[in-house]
Amino acid sequence: MSAAGAALRLRGGLTQRLVETARRWPTYMRVAAGVLALLVVAGLLANVVAPLDDTAVDLDHVLEGPTAAHPMGTDEVGRDLLTRVLHGVRISLVIAVLASLAAVAVGALVGVLAGTLGGRADAVLMRMTDVFASQNHFLFGVLLLVLFRPVLGGTGAIMLAIGFTHWPSLARIVRGELLSVRERPFVLAAIGGGASRHRLARRHYLPHLLPAVGLAFVLTVPHAVFHESAYSFLGLGLEPHQASLGNILADGQRSLLAGGWWIALFPGLALLAIAMTIGTIAEYWREHLHPRWRSELEL
Amino acid sequence: MLRAERISKSYRASGGHVVAVDGASLQLERGQRLGLVGPSGSGKSTLAQVMAMLLAPDDGSLTVDGDRIDVWGVHCRCELRHRVQLVFQSPRMAVDPRLRVGEAILEPLVASRLLAARDAECAVLLHDWATRVGLTYDLLERFPHEVSEGQLQRACLARALIVAPRYLICDELSSMLDVSTQAALLEAIAAIQAEQELGVLLITHDRVLADTWCGEVADIRELAARSGEGEADATQRHASARAAALSALVRGRQRRAMPP
Repeated sequence: MSAAGAALRLRGGLTQRLVETARRWPTYMRVAAGVLALLVVAGLLANVVAPLDDTAVDLDHVLEGPTAAHPMGTDEVGRDLLTRVLHGVRISLVIAVLASLAAVAVGALVGVLAGTLGGRADAVLMRMTDVFASQNHFLFGVLLLVLFRPVLGGTGAIMLAIGFTHWPSLARIVRGELLSVRERPFVLAAIGGGASRHRLARRHYLPHLLPAVGLAFVLTVPHAVFHESAYSFLGLGLEPHQASLGNILADGQRSLLAGGWWIALFPGLALLAIAMTIGTIAEYWREHLHPRWRSELEL
Repeated sequence: MLRAERISKSYRASGGHVVAVDGASLQLERGQRLGLVGPSGSGKSTLAQVMAMLLAPDDGSLTVDGDRIDVWGVHCRCELRHRVQLVFQSPRMAVDPRLRVGEAILEPLVASRLLAARDAECAVLLHDWATRVGLTYDLLERFPHEVSEGQLQRACLARALIVAPRYLICDELSSMLDVSTQAALLEAIAAIQAEQELGVLLITHDRVLADTWCGEVADIRELAARSGEGEADATQRHASARAAALSALVRGRQRRAMPP
């Protein structure tokens, strides 16, 4: 390590800091983080954990309740529900994460543009944001799905529909934070020290905006999971054979009348678990990060 | 010589313009200690920011050792910006809360690409300046919110001096600090000022402090080349004299209250 490195060494690496943070968590946060980790691992390892083909039809075992061979039962064409739920968790999580990334990218872009350009461009962008925010975003998403599903396919259209409807609140926050950080005296001090515009953006503005963007991302994920399943449930999302949680729920709704309660229950529980764990973690983070955002970041 | 001539600056405010500085002229020589006094709201800080090239004036000119300043802020040449350094009133606001104290002190050198943060020279300079302004090394690894206001102001002073400025402007440097910290800071500045032939402009609302520490004292209300003096000015002067008397009284009490 060089002399300067020794003079300014960081106290502990990232892992160590994460462990220290986790030690301060209340019990409900540990439970939430544990369950979420379990779900993510199960989703990632869906092919390994559930070796059966999630689309394999077995007409000898149709609509069977939970047994040792099929812990969550089978659906109306005899597909193993555990396998389908595991795949569903994976598909839903991947779509939700990508869609949230898209939403955060749009929001951050609009916010940064409005905050940087100022003047008329700022006014136009922010009124546009108001218009988007005042719409019913679910219906607007349906419109986007109908328009883009033939072009992009179900997965792409869902990401687009979620990404383009969940950005206004972040755009407002990013713009506000950018405007406020630019007025802080430490920016003047940095200019006096010889910082260029590029240096100001990279060293002072960006680190100031990142926590808000990161938090908005996490807050959007459970929302996106719900939206994906809602669109799929309505038949607007993924292809019916794909094991997203929304599709399985749609199957379950039909089977409920035939007494197949397990087909709706298990994917429903999985959906609830994902949304609640991520939501809990995001909520905790928001409370501890920035009290002022509590009200603004209601996504 | 740092020479500001007929500097004017007004801000847009609700219901028209507010004139902060109206045609003020001021000269600061190298090695000089100049005090600038005036009540709050009289444009001292605005003038300071203009003289540090951070804020473009509406009118007037600024020359630094013969170089006329035409562009301001980030557009101004780095080397010119480094000649005049400004220490702000509130250290908490003047340091990026996300940088460690040591990083903040070194930031001007790194930002202007005089040194890279990894250079061994950085550590040497950092420790040198920390000693001179009276910071212990363990404070350099802390974040701004983990050190006291006085310690942070010392860091701001080190950050300003590390680029080897010719002129230092202290804008209410010590108004947030207690008397003993204030004295220690001014002592540190005095030592460096004598050694490096630094021109120091001490902006304060404390007339007594300015009179004792500075060789010369200017009043911002007298800098403007205005003809005639209205009744309002006379009233203000009376109020300011009262304020100065009050401040002397308070300082006397503080001195008595301090342990020997």
